[in-house]
Amino acid sequence: MGVFPFVVVTWILAVGLYGIVTSRHLVHQIVCLIVVQSSTYVLLLGVGYRRGAAAPYFSDVSVHTPAVDPVVQALALTDVVVEAAVTALLLAFAVQAHKRFGTLDPQELVQFKG
Amino acid sequence: MNPAVRRWVFVAGAAGLAAFYLWGLTGLPGFGSYPGPYGDIINRVAVAQTNATGVVSAVNFAYRAFDTLGEEFILFAAAVGVSVVLRHLRGERQRPARDESMDRNVAPTSDAIRMVSLILVGPTLVMGWYLATHAQTSPSGGFQGGVMLATAFILIYLAGEFLVFERISPLAAIDAAEAVGAGGFAAIGVSAVAMGLPYLTNFLPLGSRPGAVSSSGTIALISFFVGIEVAAAFVVIVSELLEQTLLSRQESR
Repeated sequence: MGVFPFVVVTWILAVGLYGIVTSRHLVHQIVCLIVVQSSTYVLLLGVGYRRGAAAPYFSDVSVHTPAVDPVVQALALTDVVVEAAVTALLLAFAVQAHKRFGTLDPQELVQFKG
Repeated sequence: MNPAVRRWVFVAGAAGLAAFYLWGLTGLPGFGSYPGPYGDIINRVAVAQTNATGVVSAVNFAYRAFDTLGEEFILFAAAVGVSVVLRHLRGERQRPARDESMDRNVAPTSDAIRMVSLILVGPTLVMGWYLATHAQTSPSGGFQGGVMLATAFILIYLAGEFLVFERISPLAAIDAAEAVGAGGFAAIGVSAVAMGLPYLTNFLPLGSRPGAVSSSGTIALISFFVGIEVAAAFVVIVSELLEQTLLSRQESR
């Protein structure tokens, strides 16, 4: 069990990359990039996890209750925000690419310049 | 390079990457045995230092507030970037919303979707507001709350027409809200400097007991401003993308 979450991280990264390489549609490719990035959420939360520990919220439990690492959870939040920003910009570029070249197939788009 | 060759090159490269990546990850202290020390130290001192019982929010809006400021401006820059990339180009004009392919039968929005969307608008607004203003006490915060507030606007789009969506979210007002959200965060930091404290110091009274909504000083205030900024940024991004459905190139008509 000790390494299983890291196997999951590697698997998510690999399927996302496979999707990016084989994609025939820009929007699908952007979704694959989101999948790649999702692997980092699992990694961050996996690194900070402690078996049997509570969430780092002390509204109704003592401060001395063992809790998981709040720093990686805050980093996961940053990760999500960056992903949202990157996705929004890439989708805007995809809209413009479609307007300009009339196709969203990355393998056809490489023929165009500028 | 044809697609088949490309796929084989990728498979070889990816297999090597995955193997080394996994090897590297297994060098970490195994899953479930977090070694510390930073998380443990913060968990121990955060409640006493900030009166916030949500330690993740305390990390985001107090200990790492400067990072979060940058993070908020990443989203701000993305909204600006989407507006710039999708600006009206020469030769583009607004046209009434119409389906691109004339030969398919598009069903009008069903009454069920309209009703469910409209019913959900109220609860979504309340929930978003709740999340954005309770960062200090429970698992929530401005980022999550802001996304929910923006969802309420998107539900109105689902329930009706784009024009209604445009009327209830006039771009000038949304732009102003985005500026207030982003500027408010930065202004809190500058206020601390004006009082002779380091940038983004928590200078407000921390409240009498941890876990009260009024506790934790600037953590709650920053979270609120972040909520406004995130909600406005998402409404800008979504409406810019939706507006594209109303544009066409003049020469193609």
